[in-house]
Amino acid sequence: MTKIIINGQEREFDIDPSTPLLWVIREQAGLTGTKFGCGMAQCGACTMHLDGNPIRSCVTPLQAAAGKEITTIEGITPKGSELHAIQKAWIEEQVPQCGYCQSGQIMSAVALLKENPAPTDEDIDKAMSGNICRCGTYGRIRKGIKRAALMMADASTQNSENNG
Amino acid sequence: MGKWTRRAFITGGVLAGGALILGVAIRRGDKSGVVKGMIASDDETVFDIWLKISPDNSVTAIVPHAEMGQGVHTSLAMMLADEMDADWDKIKVMEAPAHKEYANYALGKGFMLEGTRIPSFLVGTVDGAFLKIMQSMNMQITGGSTSVRTTGMHGMRVAGAAAKATLLKAAAKEWGVNESSLRAEKSMIYDDASNRSATYAELAPKAAGISMPANPELKKPEEFKIMGTSPQRLDIPAKVNGTASFGMDVSLPNMKYATVKASPVFGNKVKSMEASAAESMKGVHKVYNLDDKAVAVVADGYWTAKQALNKVKIDFGTTDNNAVLQEDIYTNFAKAMDDAVANGDQEEDFESGDPEGALASASKVIEAEYKIPYLAHAAMEPMNCTAWIHDGIAEIWTGTQNPLGVAAFAAEFLDMDEENVKVHNQYLGGAFGRRAQNDAVEQALTIAKDLDSPVKLIWSREEDMQQDFYREAAISRFKGGIDENGKASVWINQYVYKKEPAEASHIPYSIENTYAHYTDYETHVPWGPWRSVAHSKHAFFTESFIDEMSIAQEQDPYEYRRELLSDNPRFLKVLETVAEKADWNKELPENWGRGIAIHKSFGTIVAEVAEVEVKEDGKVRVHKVVCAADPGFAVHEDGFKAQIESGVIYGLTAAMYGEIKIDQGKVAQSNFHDYQMIRMNEAPEIEVHIINSGEFPGGAGEPGTPAIAPAVTNAIFDATGTRIRELPINLQKISLEDRQLSSNA
Repeated sequence: MTKIIINGQEREFDIDPSTPLLWVIREQAGLTGTKFGCGMAQCGACTMHLDGNPIRSCVTPLQAAAGKEITTIEGITPKGSELHAIQKAWIEEQVPQCGYCQSGQIMSAVALLKENPAPTDEDIDKAMSGNICRCGTYGRIRKGIKRAALMMADASTQNSENNG
Repeated sequence: MGKWTRRAFITGGVLAGGALILGVAIRRGDKSGVVKGMIASDDETVFDIWLKISPDNSVTAIVPHAEMGQGVHTSLAMMLADEMDADWDKIKVMEAPAHKEYANYALGKGFMLEGTRIPSFLVGTVDGAFLKIMQSMNMQITGGSTSVRTTGMHGMRVAGAAAKATLLKAAAKEWGVNESSLRAEKSMIYDDASNRSATYAELAPKAAGISMPANPELKKPEEFKIMGTSPQRLDIPAKVNGTASFGMDVSLPNMKYATVKASPVFGNKVKSMEASAAESMKGVHKVYNLDDKAVAVVADGYWTAKQALNKVKIDFGTTDNNAVLQEDIYTNFAKAMDDAVANGDQEEDFESGDPEGALASASKVIEAEYKIPYLAHAAMEPMNCTAWIHDGIAEIWTGTQNPLGVAAFAAEFLDMDEENVKVHNQYLGGAFGRRAQNDAVEQALTIAKDLDSPVKLIWSREEDMQQDFYREAAISRFKGGIDENGKASVWINQYVYKKEPAEASHIPYSIENTYAHYTDYETHVPWGPWRSVAHSKHAFFTESFIDEMSIAQEQDPYEYRRELLSDNPRFLKVLETVAEKADWNKELPENWGRGIAIHKSFGTIVAEVAEVEVKEDGKVRVHKVVCAADPGFAVHEDGFKAQIESGVIYGLTAAMYGEIKIDQGKVAQSNFHDYQMIRMNEAPEIEVHIINSGEFPGGAGEPGTPAIAPAVTNAIFDATGTRIRELPINLQKISLEDRQLSSNA
């Protein structure tokens, strides 16, 4: 039995612990928002967070997550809020086309903004170049990240004003 | 087809048997009880097979096209809602069930009207007679950048307008007033004189008894309220929170998982297999030989199935195909071309004037040969299909460009009545032509026949890349002649493979003497339509060669094209727009270059200017692409821009890196590490400028792709003097030193 915490909920899996997390999350946990794209950490479609850091779940065995926290696309919405700033920005910039890679794109972008609230173009290149989009939405992803960064900066200014 | 007006529309309809089309567009849905049951609940009013009105006054557009990223669910709903004067905030979309009522008559009509050849993915279901198409096409296909042009123009708009006209009649009857005193706005009908109003939902049951007009009046462009704007796409919210359901995401009770391996050497069969090690693995149910075409493992999960498949020893035998190398294919193409000329048995594409005579008297002759490799589609979502055969029916869940084709295929494959095949189409995780094929469906059904539970077949990325239907490799040769006045006078082109659309090899330039001919040479490599189909190769060939001609005449490539397009105002406008927006004459930094290309495909003219930098080591970086596009009218402006941006990245990826190489009969590439993609750090800034010329609407999904390869290679020439005549670019030797040579030449 391997125990992991998925989007805040503890789950146990009686499955070969070398199975990649991707398949455990999709097939056992039934969370299909995370996608299979390449199976060898080349495309980023399977990106999720392990203790807050982005990982390629198609090459990360279940056992590597034992006792740890996994966050998937289904778990990024902050409590009490409808959508994460990245998700809002994705809608405003009309980023997705086919949409298949976008869960992975969003998970990489959320991780980027957590580390770096005001990323430069180079920072975005670095954080996002592991995620392929065959519909070529890169320009809109870039705009979406910048828009979300502004939204988050505004929100935190407001918070500190309210608190101060 | 002339201007986009109602008259043209109706006339066009009559010319091509339009009465049938209009009849289809507004056929009363309740005549088909089967369809009503599929699309509506009891308290909803089905107006025709394209729309229904619910008690909450929402209008649902029933769209017979697959959503694969092109935004078609939204743009088609816009066309319907605008004509209907429906409240956009209460518009819903559902994809039409795979049913013959939705066979895409409009698509067939679009092709017929444009006088183009029927694309090969339809051949076999089309005999050229329009009526026959209607009866036998099994066509509910999304492809050829046609949805807006055909279903939208010939279906959704008419349906929306007819519904509004009927609702107005119902209100007039109810209130005892003249229809002309009523107005429709945002899903309401108002009688301003008496201050009465009613919702569409209130009027719908009354309207159901009134016969619909066969030729409702359509809006003039200046009356559009929704078309031409950019509402948020209806499918996007589900694509930012993980809830959008793709074929890959289907989940059914008691479902098993399968994965598959077909012969890497195309055409070879399973001779024997040794599966005991796989079968003894925990979680493995069974190993199948799928009619000698492939081996599949069924297990409790994909990962187990994949591990087990790796343990199956399969002998795919040896055939002549095992010896085939990519170089042989090119050599054979060249030989076939030489032989065709020597034997005089080449196929004519087009001819004008006296090309041989003019060539003989030309003051200057330029020759060039171009070569391009096979390409895979590499959609983000690997091929997959879920199937369940139970209780006398077959159910299929997959993302397909052609749900009705899947149903027809399954019915024939399983020897079942088509009414007993249910296709549940899902979102497509990219398609680009790949998801018009039924190979994964066949595999899933073959397994499902033997199982009493549903099975989800998932291909590995490697299988997806190595069992594709590829864009053809090709060679194209040119001879260009310049007469004594310095005018381009001869255009002779020979190439391998005539593919759809027929006009892909045509040029818009005024050159008096032309001759294009081709030779088909069969290889064992499977072919399929790839985003923009034959345009993807011909634009590279023709727009490279015209650039070479301009250089040979020491003229600016833009001014040279401009001169040759002076009789072609629609093209000229697009060309001039792109040059202006791209600041064509503005100085660039050292080792940078600018290239231009223009090409019409699927009714849309697109010109692109690429700005590239060539690094000291010869590596190419495309910094910016400026596009001007004339689609006639962009129904969803931002959506159109998004499609052009997408087409540019798709074509740029192919131009920079795309190469599927045949090695010993099989594909050498296997995954994204050796079939490289443009990524964020290499994605150029893209600008799209739309010209709404008022011509009949052209496509959006494909027309951005063709011009990017020549725009980039022409820019590389501008930067370095290196002329790229073979793709992909990253495998060519590009040297900054060539610039010296070319400027001395």
